[in-house]
Amino acid sequence: MDRLCTRTIHELRSLMDQGACDPQALLEELLEQIERLNPTLHAYITVDAERLRQRLEQRLRQGPRGKLFGIPITVKDNLCVQGEETTCASRILRNFRPPYTASAVERLCQAGAIIVPRANMDEFAFGSSTESSAYGVTRNPWDLERVPGGSSGGSACAVAADAAIAALGTDTGGSIRQPAAFCGVVGLKPTYGRVSRYGLIAFASSLDCIGPITKDVHDCALLLSVLAGYDPKDSTCAPVEVPDYVAAMQQPVQGLRFGVPNEYLIEAGIEPDVKAALEESCRALEQLGMQRVSVSLPHTSSAVATYYVVATAEASSNLARYDGVRYGARAATDGGSLLDMYQRTRADGFGTEAKRRIILGTYVLSRGYYDAYYLKGLKVRTLIKRDFDEALTHCDVLICPTSPTAAFRIGEKLDDPLQMYLSDIFTISANLAGIPALSMPCGLTTKGLPIGMQLMAGPFREETLLQAAYAYEQATEWHRRKPDLRPQTSDFRTGKEVGGVTDV
Amino acid sequence: MTYEPVIGLEVHLQLNTDSKLFCGCSTTFGAAPNHQTCPVCLGLPGVLPVFNHRAFEWGIKTALALDCTLAQVMKFDRKQYFYPDLPKGYQISQYDQPLAQAGCLDIDVAGQARRIGITRIHLEEDAGKLLHDPQAPWSYVDFNRAGVPLLEIVSEPDLRSPDEAYEYLLELKAVLEYLDVSTCDMEKGSLRCDTNISLRKPGEALGARVEIKNLNSFKAVKASLVYEIMRQAKQLDAGERIAQETRLWNAKSEQTETMRSKEEASDYRYFPEPDLVPFTIQPRVREAIATQLPPLPAQRRMRLVDTYGLSAYDAQVLTQHRRLAELFEEAVAQGAKPKPLANWIMGELLAYLNARGQEPSGVTLRPEWLVHLLEAIDAGTISGKMAKELFVESIERQVDPAQVIRESNLRQIVDDEQLDRLADEVIAGFQKSVEDYRKGKANALMFLVGKCMERSNGKANPTQMTGILKRKLT
Repeated sequence: MDRLCTRTIHELRSLMDQGACDPQALLEELLEQIERLNPTLHAYITVDAERLRQRLEQRLRQGPRGKLFGIPITVKDNLCVQGEETTCASRILRNFRPPYTASAVERLCQAGAIIVPRANMDEFAFGSSTESSAYGVTRNPWDLERVPGGSSGGSACAVAADAAIAALGTDTGGSIRQPAAFCGVVGLKPTYGRVSRYGLIAFASSLDCIGPITKDVHDCALLLSVLAGYDPKDSTCAPVEVPDYVAAMQQPVQGLRFGVPNEYLIEAGIEPDVKAALEESCRALEQLGMQRVSVSLPHTSSAVATYYVVATAEASSNLARYDGVRYGARAATDGGSLLDMYQRTRADGFGTEAKRRIILGTYVLSRGYYDAYYLKGLKVRTLIKRDFDEALTHCDVLICPTSPTAAFRIGEKLDDPLQMYLSDIFTISANLAGIPALSMPCGLTTKGLPIGMQLMAGPFREETLLQAAYAYEQATEWHRRKPDLRPQTSDFRTGKEVGGVTDV
Repeated sequence: MTYEPVIGLEVHLQLNTDSKLFCGCSTTFGAAPNHQTCPVCLGLPGVLPVFNHRAFEWGIKTALALDCTLAQVMKFDRKQYFYPDLPKGYQISQYDQPLAQAGCLDIDVAGQARRIGITRIHLEEDAGKLLHDPQAPWSYVDFNRAGVPLLEIVSEPDLRSPDEAYEYLLELKAVLEYLDVSTCDMEKGSLRCDTNISLRKPGEALGARVEIKNLNSFKAVKASLVYEIMRQAKQLDAGERIAQETRLWNAKSEQTETMRSKEEASDYRYFPEPDLVPFTIQPRVREAIATQLPPLPAQRRMRLVDTYGLSAYDAQVLTQHRRLAELFEEAVAQGAKPKPLANWIMGELLAYLNARGQEPSGVTLRPEWLVHLLEAIDAGTISGKMAKELFVESIERQVDPAQVIRESNLRQIVDDEQLDRLADEVIAGFQKSVEDYRKGKANALMFLVGKCMERSNGKANPTQMTGILKRKLT
């Protein structure tokens, strides 16, 4: 029988209900997998095995019981978990232990899950590679010399390596979808306002979304059904009914229309393997009975600039509270002035990318520049949203690659931040428009690296996404591909490069 | 050279809602430091604000009472700066679309009616409080106040003298009290005031504006303006230019002083608050609140003059506090005569409050007590002097004066026979005074009346006593 840690939530639920699997055995296997792989992969910043065992024991004794009873779910380091060190992978929140738990995480607990904290990430979610974490780089389990993507790199890596059953990530410009694509797993950014943001340490308030990273579409639908719903603590959370996502997922896709945006196809930076995989996927969708149409998103070329103006402005504001006064790290200044304390604390505590974005955001909001940048950015954002409203009248889902390339090498894009930013081109617009978007594996490059396909749908139309994704997945089975993590063929203690990919 | 002062006032009012503007923490004054806080008002990572609708309604109530036009959309903005008492590094406030604009407040300055414009009213959250330890190289922060709802009321620069500014504040406070939206207490900080003043030669363009902060009372507002007019006039007369700046009022030296220049430039980088969704202010919300407005001071004044025939002055004093006006009207409704009642409230009640430093809203006094008290005086049951003592006892024991009169047999002695006997006793005992009186010394009669009062433990009716003695001695 396959090891328990390689299973999905729905398989484990089924096994547990039949009495064929015991939650403690599951946790032990998972801890063993983590212990073996994490020193090399560094998907988790820290893991406290004892505490996890205690939590499981308590859960088994006291409940609550629900869809996720006894299932460990990994959580990104920017989601507050009461009493757990939550740092956003930054030095400035060293030793910060929130006195409360994020609402989305609380929902997992209410469904009976065990929370496994501190999946690694880019500092404050600023990044597409997890290289800016103050606590070390995470490696792509398919190729240890490459990045897992970001900013939810730790979450995606863990799921791909079976060092997590499933995980929560967050997505502001693609931070769930792109790492999911780079690691060959499923990642969903729900509609903005579908899942409560209370307890998510904010990057960009009007863009941030919490979402599931899973081994297959079924698990994705399952987790979404637990996470979604109204929360009075978040004024931007929508009081919209939560449908039965798992049921909706299984609806036939005959007659659904899909559009590939013209502007995305002509994007110069798309790797040939990625382009080929996308075309192949489109054919597969047509074979399933879906109908391909042509659509246009005319303001695509303004998306990245708009995003970096709006997101950094909000980020500069949201990060102002890290001043050393009430929590986190405070620099010692030996009787210096208030300004000394502020400057030293923030200079020491923030990494380079965080500083870069704070400065950019501050500039964009400053007197004399506000109209030309921020205000303009908000206006272009409206135009981008209208593009999607229009395009989605002609089709039910939009299809495109998640990223123009597969995973790049660690260190490759660090010298040119703009290059890094441009790799977000396909994911960013969904955040600007607030619509839901899902990434799933759709192929491998000639080097054996995962390629992700992105599906986008209208606001609160996650059912359509899951429906199309599930049909595609069941027909193509890319989700069964796993990286080769066997001890014999890859030395995970020394981090030597793996040769090739194997079906497990 | 006489210059024309151009004065504007900016009032920050703490709304007396049960909870803070964006979280459920209590707003009660005086709690132990950092005992009225939560992750939201402390600005912990990951928290989000939720708008307090009571504060919204009270903001509208105030705006309507001041004759303002409400905004169409309720929207918040972030005002960003760094300071230890500002937990998030920004204050949630309103920038370009305040809750209300273009209102007015009518005031009366020495008999002259003046209409003062209100530029804008908006909602924002208060910051925490810093406490500086002069002995230590550190300061303390108390976040109990952080997040308390504030209403900022900005007047047009329509005021033309320190007296006008003072009257404006008194009238504004009266209106706010009537609306019952705040404790309006400058000493406890629930009402704060900054003022702006510039001088100009009549008919000329506006001069450089000086802002004055650190004002702790309405009197300080007036005094600081008086000082500023003198200071600026002196400089202008000497041909110097006035620096546009912020000055602090020094209550000890009674002067304004230049504020040490702040290192931070005042670019607040305002942008719309993304964590709060803007919403349309529905006309029906406005209507519902408008119909619930209580009669405001100006209206009550008119009623007191028209219906009860009080003088303008009396009406002014009585309407200074909603509680006084209410007491008056309730007591009249129960049968008290307007003029004596007004006099008693303005005289005895205010004296009682002032002696104890209490506000009218802070004392429990039932209208029927006043009614009974005045009836007793009118009927001669008790003397004026006895009534004053009785009044105090009534309040302190929280008991009806009628009951006290019954209990302690305080009734004045009005029986002629008794008084007659008393007069005879006193005349017999103080022959010298009797002779003095017969010789022409009027005071001697008063002395004898006094002795009668003493002997009767204050119960003799002095008027009757005087009459009886006079009769007997002539």
